Amino acid sequence: MSDSTHLRDDLDTVAYYPGCALEGSGHAYNRSTKRLARKLGLKLVEIDNWNCCGAMEVKNIDPDIQNYLSVRNMSIAKHKMGLDVVMAPCNGCYHNLKKAEHDVTHREDTRETLKKMAEKTGQPEYKSGDVETIHALDWIKHAIGEKNITGKVKKSLAGLKIANYYGCMYTRPRHIFPEKDQGEGSESTSKPHFMDDLLRAAGAEIVDFPLKTACCGGAHTLSDCDTSTQLVLNILQAAEACGADVIATECPTCHSGLEMHQVRAEETLNIKTQPVMLYFTQLLGLAFGISPRQLGIHENISQSMGLLRQKGLV
Amino acid sequence: MTSFSDIEQTIALARERPQEFSDPADQLMQAGELILENWLTAHDLEPTDEKREGFRLLALHRQGARHETSFHACRETCRELIYQLNLYQVNKDPQQIVMAAMVAMHLLLFIRGKMEIQELGEFCCNSRSATT
Repeated sequence: MSDSTHLRDDLDTVAYYPGCALEGSGHAYNRSTKRLARKLGLKLVEIDNWNCCGAMEVKNIDPDIQNYLSVRNMSIAKHKMGLDVVMAPCNGCYHNLKKAEHDVTHREDTRETLKKMAEKTGQPEYKSGDVETIHALDWIKHAIGEKNITGKVKKSLAGLKIANYYGCMYTRPRHIFPEKDQGEGSESTSKPHFMDDLLRAAGAEIVDFPLKTACCGGAHTLSDCDTSTQLVLNILQAAEACGADVIATECPTCHSGLEMHQVRAEETLNIKTQPVMLYFTQLLGLAFGISPRQLGIHENISQSMGLLRQKGLV
Repeated sequence: MTSFSDIEQTIALARERPQEFSDPADQLMQAGELILENWLTAHDLEPTDEKREGFRLLALHRQGARHETSFHACRETCRELIYQLNLYQVNKDPQQIVMAAMVAMHLLLFIRGKMEIQELGEFCCNSRSATT
């Protein structure tokens, strides 16, 4: 296996920003991420008194407030906790923190506004580069790497055919992710592969899936539910056509959307699709011999236990 | 103007019975172009005949994106469609046509969705406010 990953020592201990979704609908992702960290000897230090990043809604009221919500968390990690790396497993949180970092770096007006807000709240001012924000995929990829993953596998994922779904906010818009598309070893915004690399290292068969970053209509799931169902159904059917048993996810919103619209497509359109959804942290955890309960697999809506038993993973 | 339902039928046919087309790849590329033509026409724009990077599909996307910056998702989908069809031209693997059809269908669903709810894709992957 080729592994061009540059391993980093500074990721053994990172500030952990779970965000709101991981305390609600994405609880299984939270549970499996923490359990995986323990298994791998990595330390997650939850950001003290963290706040919501504003999700997709706050910027519609005031983009500066959205940026402030993000930099407040980053400022606490840096100035109160003394940590240089913030790890956000949720694509929405990750995206917002990266967006705030981009605006602080490139926009004088943003810096001025955020400085005033920090003064009012008594929070230390956040400055460009105070922390590095990474996703859970970056964290496992660069703290552990594929070779070490292969070495730690107790139950190979061999026999599982996996389509990896990254969603939109992990790679778009491209300009807020300057570290991506930097050649060998870096993540690609058009064809992301970190999840492919990690799960392949754990033995899984990764199928060629053309809708890795396709829109699922997630932000419109309430206002235009039918479009979301159609978009998700197409993603599910494409995964099925690729021969996938599993769609691996790395975002709580994508994961919930796929699960819920799979059920809705069956109920409203009478179209049943077979792939089950599992977080990549759950799949890696299973490969490392962690029990399904400890990984929160029972918390998923998607029923994967039958498949996992059939493949000898539980 | 070819309706979305007619384009949808062509895509479904290319996916399920590609042998019915002399060149299913060409049909799917045309389907992609027709989808974007629908968007442009609905916005009172004359669809361009120009090409970008050798593909009219990309020129049409660019033309639509000039007035609609939430086309980031759409751009990736257009490029993926071209990628899958290029692979088909190289290996003639029918599975590539299936993949390309799923991608073309996603383009259709997204654009049709945007014509119903303009903000689709606006404030998530494009990271813009829907209200400004």
